[in-house]
Amino acid sequence: MQFDTPAATNPIDQLKVVGRPIHRIDGQLKTTGRAMYAYEWHDPNTPYAYGYPVGAAIAKGRIKSIDVSAAKKAPGVLAVVTTLDVGELKKGQFNTAKLFGGDRVQHYHQAIAVVVAQTFEQARAAAALVRVDYVVEKGAFDLEKAKDSAIEPAAKPGEAPPDTAVGDFDAAFASAPVTLDETYTTPDQSHCMMEPHASIAAWNGDKLTVWTSSQMIDWWRSDLATTLGIDKEKLHLMSPFIGGGFGGKLFLRADAVLAAFGAKAAGRPVKVALPRPLMANNTTHRPATIQRIRIGAGRDGRIAAIAHESWSGDLPGGGLETAVNQTRLLYAGAHRMTAMRLATLDLAEGNAMRAPGEAPGLMALEIAIDEIAEKLDMDPVQFRILNDTQVDPENPKRPFSHRNLIGCLEVGAERFGWSQRGRPGARRDGNWLIGLGVAAAFRNNLLIPSGARVRLDREGIVTVETDMTDIGTGSYTIIAQTAAEMLGLPIEKVAVHLGDSHFPVSAGSGGQFGGNCSTAGVYAACVKLREAIAQKLGFNSDDVVFENGEVRSGNRSVRLAEAAGSDGLVGEDTIQWGDLSETHQQSTFGAHFVEVGVDVATGESRIRRMLAVCAAGRILNPITARSQVIGAMTMGVGGALSEELAVDTRSGFFVNHDLAGYEVPVHADIPHQEVIFMDETDPMSSPMKAKGVGELGLCGVSAAIANAIYNATGIRVRHYPITLDKLIGGLPDVA
Amino acid sequence: MQSLIQLEISRRDLLISSAATVAVSGVAAEAAAQSPGNAMTYTTKISFTINGEIRDLDVDNRVTLLDVLREHLHLTGTKKGCDHGQCGACTVLVAGRRINSCLTLAVMHEGEQITTIEGLGEPGNLHPMQAAFVKHDGFQCGYCTPGQICSSVAVLEEIKADIPSHVTGDLTTQVQLTPGEIRERMSGNICRCGAYSNIVDAITEVAGTKT
Repeated sequence: MQFDTPAATNPIDQLKVVGRPIHRIDGQLKTTGRAMYAYEWHDPNTPYAYGYPVGAAIAKGRIKSIDVSAAKKAPGVLAVVTTLDVGELKKGQFNTAKLFGGDRVQHYHQAIAVVVAQTFEQARAAAALVRVDYVVEKGAFDLEKAKDSAIEPAAKPGEAPPDTAVGDFDAAFASAPVTLDETYTTPDQSHCMMEPHASIAAWNGDKLTVWTSSQMIDWWRSDLATTLGIDKEKLHLMSPFIGGGFGGKLFLRADAVLAAFGAKAAGRPVKVALPRPLMANNTTHRPATIQRIRIGAGRDGRIAAIAHESWSGDLPGGGLETAVNQTRLLYAGAHRMTAMRLATLDLAEGNAMRAPGEAPGLMALEIAIDEIAEKLDMDPVQFRILNDTQVDPENPKRPFSHRNLIGCLEVGAERFGWSQRGRPGARRDGNWLIGLGVAAAFRNNLLIPSGARVRLDREGIVTVETDMTDIGTGSYTIIAQTAAEMLGLPIEKVAVHLGDSHFPVSAGSGGQFGGNCSTAGVYAACVKLREAIAQKLGFNSDDVVFENGEVRSGNRSVRLAEAAGSDGLVGEDTIQWGDLSETHQQSTFGAHFVEVGVDVATGESRIRRMLAVCAAGRILNPITARSQVIGAMTMGVGGALSEELAVDTRSGFFVNHDLAGYEVPVHADIPHQEVIFMDETDPMSSPMKAKGVGELGLCGVSAAIANAIYNATGIRVRHYPITLDKLIGGLPDVA
Repeated sequence: MQSLIQLEISRRDLLISSAATVAVSGVAAEAAAQSPGNAMTYTTKISFTINGEIRDLDVDNRVTLLDVLREHLHLTGTKKGCDHGQCGACTVLVAGRRINSCLTLAVMHEGEQITTIEGLGEPGNLHPMQAAFVKHDGFQCGYCTPGQICSSVAVLEEIKADIPSHVTGDLTTQVQLTPGEIRERMSGNICRCGAYSNIVDAITEVAGTKT
């Protein structure tokens, strides 16, 4: 199905199943421990072996030799495969750093060997016996130091150019009566999904089956086939349950490669999981940024000039953290520029983490907005409303498909009691300095082709098959809701099978595009199935109605089970996207409101209240959508207060590479959270008229907290995370 | 509950009992005393009860309780999130008390009663806490969920048994079941999807409906 005109009224608009607060259809499996994740697949007749990875102990250099003699002699060891044994391998399309193979070490904990043994304990013990002789080379690990050597990278196809400019920023900024020019920093962050990267690989001749933990089945399948040098058609990949991803499982990872090589060498299926302490340096992370923001405004509070520049680093061949993107679209202003520069750093690969670009970009921009509003003596909510734009500010002929940022701000301010906000440092509750903060949320709506196959069987059960993944987002449930709505069935009559490369290629889970795109693909397949049913029954497909388990046309009606016949019927299609995202800017909007308390003596910040108001098109399931938003708000608390991969700039690695050192929020850090969804649809986005919320929920949260801390204390911190050492010097004297 | 009675001991008794642990865990001590060389001498026969079923095993002394559950008994509901006692995904109940099963060796549990997520309930026959997690959407990816649920069940028992926590204000009165107490006690169970707000709602509901 080609989607190239705005959606008219369609069966989804009935909202008998879609849009309803339906509990997750996989909820019972997950809460009883019966959902099977990658490492857990088990065939009682298969003698699985265990692979334990070895990571490089240097950040940059070359491996001279690897002595595996002791490891090979250790009890239970079946095989040892080293990066020197396999030699140079072709790199997958989506990876920057190689995952395995060859003598180069590009970053700390890069995989250099896998030890395979009969048991996990034997493999782990033997892995410690591998001796490696390195030639260490000098690397660059400090973004601040590398900043001046950062270059303007070539624009990649389909991605934003590093530099943009409209009007005359310099002149407009110079003549603006009120200006802001500040620099902000965001640290490297780690996804820290709860399920470590894990794979089981089983060879059958030249065919390979891999159970893994992947957000994007087809990307992984292509890149694993490339890396192993095998035909993609011979590779079967399965990932029906994924223990979180947040972007960390978008691209093929080393566990799958090591399991495949280990299984080949051992002649048995092999299981490999990355040990938690290997994850931060072996896999990808959100790169740190240095961001300079300049805003010039008139006395009337209107932005005249806005500039956002960002510096980030990555390995050679890597990419930018696109932290300026939202600034091109979020606020009005005739004179504007953005620029991004890329430094070479020899840390682990920088890549996508939840809302790449916007998450760190808004951490900076939305503090800057708070600052300029204060300089203007304006309420920051009113400042944002005044500077709203309904068109692309760089190209005013290009409107937004639907934009209700103002509604989010107004509803949020009313519900949160924004009027209680006072001057900085003015409100106190015992030992707590109390502050309120706000930030806008913004994230673009991305459209990716997505396919599905829908079967109707003689029992009247509809089965959906797509390689879409459910990383906790609720894909299983919203896909079942979509098929149920399209075929007039209760959700209990729909089965959903996901995450298998035998199924049609879907959008996958990423960029908050998964929900809208994958259900649109299921919609398209259901249209095909409806046509097949109508055709078989000789019904006119124009006036056919699917309702209550029946298909009706005029005064004829047939039970779906009966219509299916003994062989059943199948519909398969892929949603393809026209140019509606070019003619119209498609984005999602929100407003985050936060109340913090800062301990007047210790500088400890605690979150007391949180509210998110989101405008993201049709909400397909308010339960799962709300969960994504509260989860994102929680991640934003981590980003504001505690999350930072600490770089050892001497040895070149992230020091706090486990869940004790890298502090993600825990129960005690998070209060009750409120979410409001604006009642809206976006017919430009898809037949579902939905967009996404999974990343929107994170965008702006950390800045809202930073602004609340400023309101509580009068201390403006521009360098995340806002730990107590950055506050304590500015707090009032305690007797 | 036997374990909770055991908890009502003085700090001095606790120190004594900790010191005695090495000697009491006879099987493990015996195995460690054997001379290295033959791989087979590193295993120990153990027997414990898991989800009401007696299991006899001959295990590598290095195997954690977590890996016995997952790799030997294929009870994969108990999750390995970090293998270092930092995330709580592997939480199980041993004699009614919650522990991180990654931080304890299987050979230390001879004769003990172990309950995993599979033993609390099953699809179609959920434990009230499992049902409350579904109702309040107290999870997303589901990987920390078995640990969160096992922990939740134990937390309510701990509060009922008047065991104080870091946030308990008055030690002379019965511990109150407040959101603050629940959050503090659940803080060893990390949920990166960030379902905390919903989890507290689920636990609060179960606590409220219990007699």
